[in-house]
Amino acid sequence: MADTLAVGRGIPRLEAPAKLTGRAVYVDDIRRPGMLHAALLLAPHAHARIVSVDVSAALALPGVRCVLTGDDLPHRFGAFVKDETVLARGTVRYFGEPVAAVAADDLATARAAVDLIVATYEDRPSVMDPDAALAPGAPVLHADFATYERRRASPLPPNVCAETTIAEGDAEAAFAGCDVVVEGVFETQPQVHCYLEPCGAVAEVDDRGRVTIWSPCQSVFRVQATVAEALDLPMSRVRAIATMVGGAFGGKSDVTVQPAAALLAMRTGRPVKLVLSRNDDFLSMRTRHPARVRVRTGAMRDGTLVARTVDLTLDGGAYAEDSGAVLGFALLMARGPYRIPHVRCVGRAVYTNRLRAAGFRGYGNPQVTFAGEAQIDDIAARLGLDPVEIRLRNAMRTGDRWVGGQELASCGLTECLEAVRDAARAVRRPPPAPGRRRGTGFSAIAHICGILSTSAVLKVLEDGTLTLNTGAVDLGEGSDTVLAQICAEALQVPVDRVNFAVPDTDGSPYNWSTGGSRVTYMVGRAVTAAAADVREKLFAHAADMMECAAIDLELRPGGKVGIAGVPGREVGFRAISMRAHWAVGGPVIGTASVMFEGGFDPKRTEMTGDGIGRLGTYVFGAQAAEVEVDEATGEVRVLEVWSAHDVGRAINPLAVAGQIQGGVAQGLGYALMEDLVYDGERPANPSLADYKVPGAPDLPPIRPIIVEHPEPTGPFGAKGIGEPPVIGVAPAVRNAIAAATGVRLAVLPMTPERVLDALSAQEERSDDGTGD
Amino acid sequence: MTTTVRLDVNGEVREVRADGATPLLDVLRDQLGLVGAKRGCSYGVCGTCTVLIDGMAARACLAVAADCEGRAIETVEALAPGPDRLHPIQAALARAGAVQCGFCIPGVVMAARALLAVNPAPDEDAVREALSGQMCRCSGYGALVEAIVGMGRPQDG
Repeated sequence: MADTLAVGRGIPRLEAPAKLTGRAVYVDDIRRPGMLHAALLLAPHAHARIVSVDVSAALALPGVRCVLTGDDLPHRFGAFVKDETVLARGTVRYFGEPVAAVAADDLATARAAVDLIVATYEDRPSVMDPDAALAPGAPVLHADFATYERRRASPLPPNVCAETTIAEGDAEAAFAGCDVVVEGVFETQPQVHCYLEPCGAVAEVDDRGRVTIWSPCQSVFRVQATVAEALDLPMSRVRAIATMVGGAFGGKSDVTVQPAAALLAMRTGRPVKLVLSRNDDFLSMRTRHPARVRVRTGAMRDGTLVARTVDLTLDGGAYAEDSGAVLGFALLMARGPYRIPHVRCVGRAVYTNRLRAAGFRGYGNPQVTFAGEAQIDDIAARLGLDPVEIRLRNAMRTGDRWVGGQELASCGLTECLEAVRDAARAVRRPPPAPGRRRGTGFSAIAHICGILSTSAVLKVLEDGTLTLNTGAVDLGEGSDTVLAQICAEALQVPVDRVNFAVPDTDGSPYNWSTGGSRVTYMVGRAVTAAAADVREKLFAHAADMMECAAIDLELRPGGKVGIAGVPGREVGFRAISMRAHWAVGGPVIGTASVMFEGGFDPKRTEMTGDGIGRLGTYVFGAQAAEVEVDEATGEVRVLEVWSAHDVGRAINPLAVAGQIQGGVAQGLGYALMEDLVYDGERPANPSLADYKVPGAPDLPPIRPIIVEHPEPTGPFGAKGIGEPPVIGVAPAVRNAIAAATGVRLAVLPMTPERVLDALSAQEERSDDGTGD
Repeated sequence: MTTTVRLDVNGEVREVRADGATPLLDVLRDQLGLVGAKRGCSYGVCGTCTVLIDGMAARACLAVAADCEGRAIETVEALAPGPDRLHPIQAALARAGAVQCGFCIPGVVMAARALLAVNPAPDEDAVREALSGQMCRCSGYGALVEAIVGMGRPQDG
């Protein structure tokens, strides 16, 4: 990589010094003159009619400036189904749903006022899981569902908010010809995002009557659009600005508390800060979709996979939010990264009286990959095949087509599988202590990077330095740095000459979101295109200035344009930009707009419902985990994890390694410990003290392996890495437990209790002589 | 009852208003403008508010401000000698790529400082133990641990 100036270099991220010294500004660090503080009243019922909300005592408390209830915010919003209001109106549908919002001179007064609100409820029967919600005669969460505005207005059964089918070939017929057909049912739990920074917003009405909202978010444009919808304002009256984001992982993708903060600011005329307490965040925000996945896979004796069917039920919780998209994407990924010609994937997302489920790193893929990759190991065990060999035999390769027909322009899956296999097998450890059993498990994964549209504006300042404005919010993954590196490389300038603009709907060009592992790939494409636009304009000036043809010009490192083959004949960006600003042509500004336009062939693939066809470029990886199982306690200790990912090209290998290690850590939490447990109608552990996420002593060494098969459509060959590392961890750990002990688990998280129960059941079976 | 409390913060005596229950974190963030210590949970679990009290790592959300009179409080704001010059712990974390969303980082920096003061060459287990109360949701801890262990090794050159 010696030929590059910026791309391929593991430079520390641009904002690291500000974060390390405490100078970085997160939403709770913002103070505005005359600022009020806000708090929410959360519902103490999972399903109830709101009889009355008496706010008179709260309003009478000195220092209270405004109290809002559902009647103040009547407009329904939602990306797929407009089923949600900012504060509950008439009905509460989950324990913790916001019912009222208070703004007061200080936070203590706001919280005291919340306690003075007298809300009375009439309890209704609740449905706490999809089976209950789909049972005949079940209570219906959204009685007016038929009247809701929806993206797709086909009829749906009661309590179902989305249904999708994706199919190719004829799976049912193909099973008949298989040597072996394996079927299993797998269940996954609600995982909480647990970004370290609770959700919050500061809102203020400016001197033109517009409301400005500072918040940690994944897209200032989605905040702008959703606040406008929830408050029934034109988008031009709402300005959203990103603060530093203390982690998001999908949990700050849609609006959080921005609409309530905005209306409090509009009603009081004062700036309002609304930051959730940790436990209010647990109770009122989001989780990963709990899922039940029934998978059937048929194979030939030599391990060739022939057919797969998947039936997926997602628990969407009380509001649809992104459930339709999560469902469609999960089904698109449910075949797995294999050449399986016959596949039928069907699924539904179901309303229940739980916290709404939402996008969370992986977006439905971890659930189906847990099921699918566990089953690949079960087939290998049944056929007596090596688990890596069966994956290699069926692995997709460059030139193959995904479900829907999109051709893979790059696919390093085989290399990833070989890399984790070789790394795991190279390790030599002393034998385990008595009573402990050891095993290694594998998984293969695919995901996408892409999705919808984005844009970039690149300005050449008078002194020849650059301001890059993309509207893309860096959630901590390092995208500001990576995009600056792409820009610097494209124009052959040092990274420190690229200023990355703060996302602001007033000044930034549109960017759909930081999600779908898309920023490096999609925004990177927009940046390279904007840089090409700048280069062309700089060349036109330089050709004039040096009296030559633009075609003879080249970029030279350090921000210069020279005549190819003539050393010394060159002009700097500064000279060109001064000319442009003060004499000829006007300022040099490069722009680009891009849209992901993939292929989906309806003649090849059946798709109904909220299926998703043109999503992104496919990315591939493989993961391995070595575990040690304590036979007496059921405790699973992970000794080491290897995670290989084809990233096309690593723009910043340090940041890529960070994404891999962090994603694997979240995957280990998902595999072994994290679970928002319900005690009847209410979450039993909505706090960081009771909801266990992995700490430093819990985690093993996590070994990132970067594989680079350049993607022709990516910026400098790059693809995405944000989500993939979380996806295959749970099945790799599950398969390692199976390799160690023979027990084949099907429910997450794989707690000591569940492992011990499975070990005991296995022992009983072998005592009965019925074991395999 | 709210009274005036004199606190020694980053080597300077500061007067603040606090009652018998006011957490040190509220005083640091709301009265002294020292927002480097973060509020991740307010009940002593996440570690984002870790500061030093008499050299020991402590949770500012659990420490009572009035009890801190006469004790030396150090926050992350005291470490870097200038905006462009990082403390060696901070520089090591930046180089290792350990900083992602950054919300845990001030607490991690202070926990590392407390550890290195008593154990200048900690091994990996010691570092993981010292970080056991510092939640990080982004990094998987590997780069954090590597950077802090590296602080104890002889530097090249």
